[in-house]
Amino acid sequence: MASIPYIPEVSAEDAKAPSLPSKLHEWIVTVDHKRLGVMYITTSLLLFAVAGILASLMRIQLAFPNGKFLPPEVFNRLFTVHGTTMVFLVGMPFFAGLANYLVPLMIGARDMAFPRLNAFGYWMFVFGAILLYFSYIGGEGLAGHGTAPDVGWFAYSPLTERAFSRGTSTDYWILSIFLSGIGTTASAINVITTIVSMRCKGMTLGRMPLFVWLMLVVSGMVLMAMPPLTAAQAMLLLDRYLGAHFFDTQAGGSALLWQHFFWLFGHPEVYILVIPGFACVSEIIPVFSRKPMFGRAAMIGAILAIGMVSVSVWAHHMFAVGMSSTSNTFFVAATMLVGVPTGIKIFNWIATLYGGKIRFDTPMLFCIGFLFQFLIAGLTGIMLAAAPFNWQLTDSYFVVAHFHYTLIGGMLFALFGGVYYWFPKATGRMLSETLGKWSFWLLVIGFHMTFDPLHFAGLLGMPRRIYTYPPGRGWEGLNLLASIGVIFQAAAVAFMAWNIIRTLRNGKAAGNDPWDAWTLEWATASPPPEYNFAVLPEVRSSRPLWDLKHPEDPDWKYE
Amino acid sequence: MSSSFRLTILGCITALAISAQEMHSVGNIFQPQATPAESVYHLSLLVLAVCAAIFIVVAGLLTYTLIRFRRRCGDHKEPAQVYGSDRIEIAWTVIPILIVFVLTMATARIVSATLDKPISPDALKVTVVGHQWWWEVRYPALNIVTANEVHVPVSTTAKPAVTFLNLQSADVAHSFWIPQLAGKTDLIPGHPNKMWIDPKQQGTFLGNCAEYCGTQHANMQLRVVVQSQAEFAKWTASQQQSANANAGIKNGRTEFLSLSCVNCHTVSGTGAAGTFGPDLSHLMSRDTLASGVVPNSAENLRAWLKDPDAIKPGSLMPNMQLTPEQLDEVVTYLSSLK
Repeated sequence: MASIPYIPEVSAEDAKAPSLPSKLHEWIVTVDHKRLGVMYITTSLLLFAVAGILASLMRIQLAFPNGKFLPPEVFNRLFTVHGTTMVFLVGMPFFAGLANYLVPLMIGARDMAFPRLNAFGYWMFVFGAILLYFSYIGGEGLAGHGTAPDVGWFAYSPLTERAFSRGTSTDYWILSIFLSGIGTTASAINVITTIVSMRCKGMTLGRMPLFVWLMLVVSGMVLMAMPPLTAAQAMLLLDRYLGAHFFDTQAGGSALLWQHFFWLFGHPEVYILVIPGFACVSEIIPVFSRKPMFGRAAMIGAILAIGMVSVSVWAHHMFAVGMSSTSNTFFVAATMLVGVPTGIKIFNWIATLYGGKIRFDTPMLFCIGFLFQFLIAGLTGIMLAAAPFNWQLTDSYFVVAHFHYTLIGGMLFALFGGVYYWFPKATGRMLSETLGKWSFWLLVIGFHMTFDPLHFAGLLGMPRRIYTYPPGRGWEGLNLLASIGVIFQAAAVAFMAWNIIRTLRNGKAAGNDPWDAWTLEWATASPPPEYNFAVLPEVRSSRPLWDLKHPEDPDWKYE
Repeated sequence: MSSSFRLTILGCITALAISAQEMHSVGNIFQPQATPAESVYHLSLLVLAVCAAIFIVVAGLLTYTLIRFRRRCGDHKEPAQVYGSDRIEIAWTVIPILIVFVLTMATARIVSATLDKPISPDALKVTVVGHQWWWEVRYPALNIVTANEVHVPVSTTAKPAVTFLNLQSADVAHSFWIPQLAGKTDLIPGHPNKMWIDPKQQGTFLGNCAEYCGTQHANMQLRVVVQSQAEFAKWTASQQQSANANAGIKNGRTEFLSLSCVNCHTVSGTGAAGTFGPDLSHLMSRDTLASGVVPNSAENLRAWLKDPDAIKPGSLMPNMQLTPEQLDEVVTYLSSLK
């Protein structure tokens, strides 16, 4: 590893490398945390584009009632693969990529604790992704050969049992997630170990950047959430191939058991997806407001509270399965309780802005978009938490709108903010502000045009996962608007892709610290050398670079 | 919550909806027509009001902050470094806890009122069984079996009528959802569920299966026909009769009974006693074919029998490869099953 020179980005244009094969070889065999981080994020962005194309196809089909663009079996595969990709192959690896790239830099370490495990995790994820998409060629299902999974990303039993899902397409789904799950678990173990044991001198837990704190909590949640899913998938494979009857209702198995296992994973999972977004926002907002994070201790307490409560809310996905009123009420209370620490976080972000001198660069714009949209997502979440209201809203388009607000309006906006913020560090070049602002505003317009109307479609009784709908129920206009919004979102992504490609070719040099920031990753070269720091840093507060830049008024005086 | 605020919310919602006529084609959850949907509606107004208030306060504060504290041109000095404030932080922890407490209590009341309603012994009981992709509807006490539409009597203040639904599934998970009558309750194999409705207005209420159940989940449509108590009694009496055995269409009857239709379908009073597909004894009394895909007419019935996949791709009804003559005979016979 020590002999590999650092290459900033996977780019065929980069002529500095000796030759393409040897460059590829270097990337494939790398165990450097920064390269793996870049590979995770690049792969995840590519798969995001693929999942976006799948979503666009669905929106074409749903633009008009009685759509004839896609047959039902194709549509059902699209929403299954779209959901699976976005959750397991975009959200999770994005977390792993950010954590990989930034955690060692932020805590002043030379690499992750287990570099080889790190590479192993990445390649397991890639293998899982390939397996999912290979099902379009190799899978076999009800509709014959070349059938991708069509059981939904939640794969409710007994639809996944052999009686209802013949062939191998469901097995591709199981094994794909099984493998990428192993990768994610490896990442989580690595992140926790790195944070616990490799912090530089002086970096106590209390002085750790919030980003690192959030990554620590997310990794802990991954370790809690993945086992139930992996166990359930093993049980499903046993059902399908060895005649077990865990979920096989025709032989006395329990359909509800799968739902409990799945959501025991699935609810922590949505926090796992969104907390890396919180992590980006918690770094970007202070820097662009020119103030330290307001209420740091409360922010850390809030995220620990979210982590703990998140394992006791899973059955709010199951309010309609016929639970007792006691169970219903318990999960109502637990779910509503999540609103408290989430509220604390939003208030603290706003308080950080308050009294600052706010710079509206592209990373900050994405974070502001995040704040507004995540606020709305949280409020529709409160509506969904009220069980009787949920009986009406669940499995309707209202839920689709709600979680896209959380994951696109929340997570994705924050992650894009993160990409714009750390891109100069990873490549040494500044993304264009003009193109960045274009992509931000197009994404805002497209996002709201697509997802705002879908709330109302749900309130008017439009169920989820339908490949077509009849006219005359008040859904047409809303669906057409939602489909038109996709054009704007696609344009936003195109602008962002163009911005990245253009900048890699001939972007403005970034320098080591383009944003005048305060955490350790800005205290090294851009891109950082493979050993990260010439000398391991020593810190005395949570903002080491502030201390260096303001020796007259350092943070450590107050901490 | 002020009444003007309620009106604003209602105005916004109804402006988006098409006004509901006899045929309640709009499943607007804010136009409830039965107690379970009504109690959800009242709770939802409270929740919406609280959420709207939170949104106005927080989004307002955020907007104010962004405008007020933007960096001015030429200002390069760092602002005052503020690390936190215990008093403010305690305030915005305690206030949300109080809001959460109120909302949880209000929710718990409706949960218990809806789920724990005792079943009165004289109430109408209907068993709904979900199939891929149609609804089997049984009235055990009345000895009626039909499909895809649930007939129930209207509930008036003078004569309340509560219908209890026993929800089951023959294959995978489905969900029973008529937005204007009640929220969803899933039909899960091996896990029978219950729900109840007391519709207060006559007419046909539309809904869909609301849990993904395979290829034709979208076309697993459902309707609840709410009738006056007299009309309901009339409907009951006609459904209880044996299937029409019109002598004039003997050929069609013979043809039908000789085909493998009988393996899956029942026609009461004949040898056809299959239970895999919908009961056909009173087929023509129903509004639609193929679980709501097309209106029920002899023409559509012929097209359906000729090629079910053309109407509902992926449907489990096989193409029986009938000759045009056979089609004519069978359609004539089935059209007589009123």
